[in-house]
Order: sequence, then structure tokens, then C-alpha cells
Amino acid sequence: MKKTKRNLGNLYIALIFIFMYAPIVMLIIQSFNASKSRGRWGGFTTFWYQELFQNESIMEAFTNTIILAILSAAIAVVIGTAAAIALARMKKRPRQTWLGITNIPMLNADIVTGVALMLLFTTVNVQLGFGTVLLSHVTFNIPYVILNIMPRFRELPPHIYEAAQDLGAGPIEAFFKVIFPEILPGVISGGLMAFTMSIDDFIITYFTTGSGYNTLSTKIYAEVKLGIKPEIYALSSIIFVTVLILLILLSRSGSKGRKMVKEVAL
Amino acid sequence: MSRALIELQHISKSYDGKPVLDDLELTIHENEFVTLLGPSGCGKTTTLRILGGFETPDEGHVIFDGKDITNVPPNKRQLNMVFQNYALFPHMTIADNIAFGLKIKRKTDKYIQDKISYALNLVGLQGFEKRMPGSLSGGQQQRIAIARAIVNEPHVLLLDEPLGALDLKLRQDMQYELIRLKNELGITFVYVTHDQQEALTMSDTIVVMNQGYIQQMGSPETIYNEPENAFVADFIGDSNLFPATFVRDELIEIDGRPFLCVDKGFGQNTPVDIVIRPEDVIITTPDKGTVTGVVTDLIFQGVHYEICIDVNGREWVCHSTEASLVGTMVGIAVDPFNIQVMNKPESEDEEAAAIEK
Ligand SMILES: Nc1ncnc2c1ncn2[C@@H]1O[C@H](COP(=O)(O)OP(=O)(O)O)[C@@H](O)[C@H]1O
Ligand SMILES: [Mg+2]
Repeated sequence: MKKTKRNLGNLYIALIFIFMYAPIVMLIIQSFNASKSRGRWGGFTTFWYQELFQNESIMEAFTNTIILAILSAAIAVVIGTAAAIALARMKKRPRQTWLGITNIPMLNADIVTGVALMLLFTTVNVQLGFGTVLLSHVTFNIPYVILNIMPRFRELPPHIYEAAQDLGAGPIEAFFKVIFPEILPGVISGGLMAFTMSIDDFIITYFTTGSGYNTLSTKIYAEVKLGIKPEIYALSSIIFVTVLILLILLSRSGSKGRKMVKEVAL
Repeated sequence: MSRALIELQHISKSYDGKPVLDDLELTIHENEFVTLLGPSGCGKTTTLRILGGFETPDEGHVIFDGKDITNVPPNKRQLNMVFQNYALFPHMTIADNIAFGLKIKRKTDKYIQDKISYALNLVGLQGFEKRMPGSLSGGQQQRIAIARAIVNEPHVLLLDEPLGALDLKLRQDMQYELIRLKNELGITFVYVTHDQQEALTMSDTIVVMNQGYIQQMGSPETIYNEPENAFVADFIGDSNLFPATFVRDELIEIDGRPFLCVDKGFGQNTPVDIVIRPEDVIITTPDKGTVTGVVTDLIFQGVHYEICIDVNGREWVCHSTEASLVGTMVGIAVDPFNIQVMNKPESEDEEAAAIEK
């Protein structure tokens, strides 16, 4: 009885995995397919990958993506950490209100955030491009940083900040000596998650970028419209593997982070 | 008494419009063991935090060694605090925890090493340098918190219910440890507790607080034997706390029965409160007692029996080494100097502050 139950459970999980990952497995297989026709297996090749790395506009989009992800994550970490400190010091009521407000960019449909940001930028007459995309990414990254750090504050033993001051540390020294080391895992996982989200984003980037500035996702989209080249399979496979590795890293970096990763990943 | 070290002058503090301390006046002397004693929420921690610099009073001044330190931040004050939940730094070893204050003061490595071993030795935890706080028991963490504070050689050590989280046996051991430490270090202790036994055991001076007011200040003996009002009498130990009439000097009436006392100057036929400690109630034969009553309860408490006696509808509690069987008729007598007469609270404010039952 118990055994059948367990078998059924395993079957269920297997089915989920097949549905979720079959398309991606397909994608990865195709990226190694020597035949240009997708219906036929023409033998194993890394040719598309070589093509990819020689394609200058794609490589430029790749550099853009990485720079954007690093910068937006870094800025979001600074702002998000400061915000989390302020939130942690608030009383419960205002804290919950503010947390709700900061969460909106994360819960909002990307398309709404994207259109809203674009509207804002064009209204105040800012040239769409790298700057606007960076601002947008910082915007949606901040809540991930805050959400990763807040639980750390909750786990902080009471009064250690005051104890450090009591032992002679000034307010800033006390923060960096006893609070920061405690929230650091949250800061790191928040930064990693922000980095991942930035790489992962298409819609918001698409709406807030101007001509001439592409990330990988907008580049792929543009290419696909012209007809799919197998290089794009190779590129998508690389993005998938990168994000997968980042998520695995994240889930290792703390139990709180893991829960969030699950929610985000599904 | 030695030199005054700390003065709290007219300290008032409210949170969200709710007064927590009201015009508090307190002088703490050099080398004194002062205990702030009172029920939970009476403002003990707030007083300590004002001393430590973690709260600024709305009104009043904190004078330390003749200087006004009301607005001096905690890191610039020559006192150290032992927090209620130890507040050890979890990511640092015990040695790093203890060295924290010394490193900030840029002491030499040699000095720091010596201080760490000295402090660990003092609190009886030699060899704990490399351990992490999380791997220590509550009692051990408590000792480390104390060690971390005293290596800085503060003039005053502030302790907020430092033994509150420990079990009874450990708490009693630590009480003696703390007294020993204080004598060895020769510094001033300001100690917060809601445990009257702890206060009576450890202190030179007890400050009994209720609802932000100081109810009474004095030596443990004074506080115990001569409580100034019903709140203090009730809070310090079991007691028979009765309303009575002060007939004239050296004579009172309890429930219409005359008792001799030694107090004078409460007027004539004045309503007062009196307190008689259970161990001061003498049980005799009915004919020898000032009043008679019937034993309603007998509880063995180790050192003595607790005996409840019904005297015309009022329950007297006595402690005696001899048992009296439930249902027997007994006489009760009290030596005149064992009856403590107290003013009834006059104003409504005082009333609220004093009788909170
Ligand atoms: N930061 C604060 N904000 C609001 N109310 C507080 C704060 N700190 C203490 N109080 C209130 O002040 C009163 C006295 O608190 P406290 O000094 O901690 O009492 P004790 O240490 O004697 O138990 C309590 O009613 C408590 O709720
Ligand atoms: Mg308290």
C-alpha cells in the first residue's frame, strides 16, 4: 500500500520533470544538431557555438547583459541593504506596509512594470537606452535584495548592535562589525538573485531600451523575428545553463534564499 | 557612604505619550551594589538604558562623576552593560567577543591576550577561547557576556536581569559568583531584577520601583523589615498585609482587636496599613494569644511549615518549625516591634502606584 503510494508519487514527479524540462532538453539537443533542418539529426556538432562566439552583435549583447546584471545587482544591493536596515528598525505595522509597497515591482506583471517605466522615461524625456534599462533593472531588483536580507534581521540576536556600541564602537563601526557579518549571507544571496533576475529579464528590458542597446534576450527576440538560426539554440542553452547554475548556487547559500528561489523558479 | 558616582536628576520618559518614568531621582555611590527591583514593566530596563546611553530622557539629567552625560553616546561612556539576552556576537569566537572592546581601544595583542585569559579565569571558563557562542549553555553565555564587559575596566557595570533565563540552581550559584566578582573588581554594580529574593541576597541598596516611581530605597534589611507602604511590603516576600487603625502611639487595632506596636506619630484613630512577616507570627495556646483562630491549611515547605489561620474571617499566614493540625484552635501573638505600621496612600496617584493588585 505504502509502496504503491510512493511509486505514484515518483511517477507524478517524473511527469512534472518531463513536462518542464522536455522543451529545454530539446533545445539543448538542437543546439548540437549539425543539420539546419530541425526535423532531422545531422550528427553532433559544436559549430553553432563557434558561430555564436564569432557573431559580433550577439557578443556585444552578451557583454551588455553581463555589465547590466552586475551593475544593476550592485546598485540594488546597496539600496536594498539600506532599505532593509530602515525596515528592520521600524515597528511592525509601518514595516509591513512599507514591505508591501516595496514588493509591488516584484509582484507586478512585468509588462505593466515595463510599460509604466517606459511611460515615465518618455514623459520626462529621458533618452531610452542603457541608462533607462539599468534604472529599470535596479527597480525590479531591489525587492529581491530586501526580501533576502529581512529574514536575517529577524534572526539577529537582540541588542547586539547596542552591545557593540556599549563596548566602544561608533554607530557605523558597530554596524559593520556586528550587524553586517550577520546579514552578509542575505546580501550575497540577494545580489545573486538580482543578478539572475537581470539576466533573465526580457519584457521590462524590451520596453525600456532604445535603438542600439540590446541585451541577449532582446537580441534573441529580434533574431527570432527574422527567422530562427541554430546559433540561437546555442545561445539559449547557454543562458539556461547559466541561470540554472546561479539558482543552484543561490539555493545552497541559505535556507531562506532557497524558499524564494523555489517560488521564483516555478 | 562613599562618594556619589552617578546621579539621576528629575528623569522623566514617556513612550508614545505613555509615561514610563516620572521625575525619578536616584544617587548611586562608588563601589555600591544597587538593585532596581520591581514588577515587569515598571521602568527598570528604561532606567538602565538611560544610564547606558541607549535612551535619552525627555526631561532631567544624568550626572556621572560630576559631569552631565545626558547626551553622551553609549560608546563614550565609562560604563558597560550586560544585556538581558547576553547579546554575544554569534559570528565571533569567545576570544573575539571578549576582545571586542579592547580592539576598538587599540590595545596591544599581548594586553588583549592577557585580559582574555584573566577574564575567562575570573568567570571560570578557562580554555573557551576558540568556542563559538552558539555552542555554549545559557549560564556559560551569561558568564562570557560579563567577561566581555569587565575586561574594559568600566567604573560601573549595568546588568539587566542577567540571571533571568537560568534555572534556579544555576541562578543561585551565579548570585554568589556575581557578589564575588563585584568584591574582586571593586566596581559599582547597577543590577535590575524582578526577583525580590535575588535583590535581598545581593544588594547593598535596593530601589523598589512601581509604575515609574521609586517606592522605597534602602538596605535589604530596611526594605524587608520596614517597608514604607503596602506595595513594598507586598512585593518583598510573603506577608500579612492588613488594614488597621492607629489608635494612639504604640497601639493599633486589627479587626477591632488591640495590638501593641512601637510606632509613634500616626495621629489618633487613623486608618493605616500594617505588615507582619509570617515568621514573626507566634502561634501559642488559645488562652495566651492576643487573638484566636482556626488552622485552615498546613503546608510543609522544607525549612518550615506554612500555616494559614482563620481569625474572624481574615487569613493570617505564619511560618513555624512546628506543625499545627488543620482544624485546631490556636492563639496568635506578635511582638510589638514586629508590627510595621505604614501610611495609607494619600493621593490617587500614589494609590495607583502603590496598590496594584
Ligand atoms: N521602546 C519602547 N517603545 C514603547 N514602549 C516601551 C519601550 N520600551 C519600554 N516601553 C514600555 O515602558 C514600560 C517600562 O518598560 P521597561 O523599562 O522595559 O520595564 P521593566 O524593565 O521594568 O520590565 C513598559 O510598559 C514598556 O511596554
Ligand atoms: Mg526589563
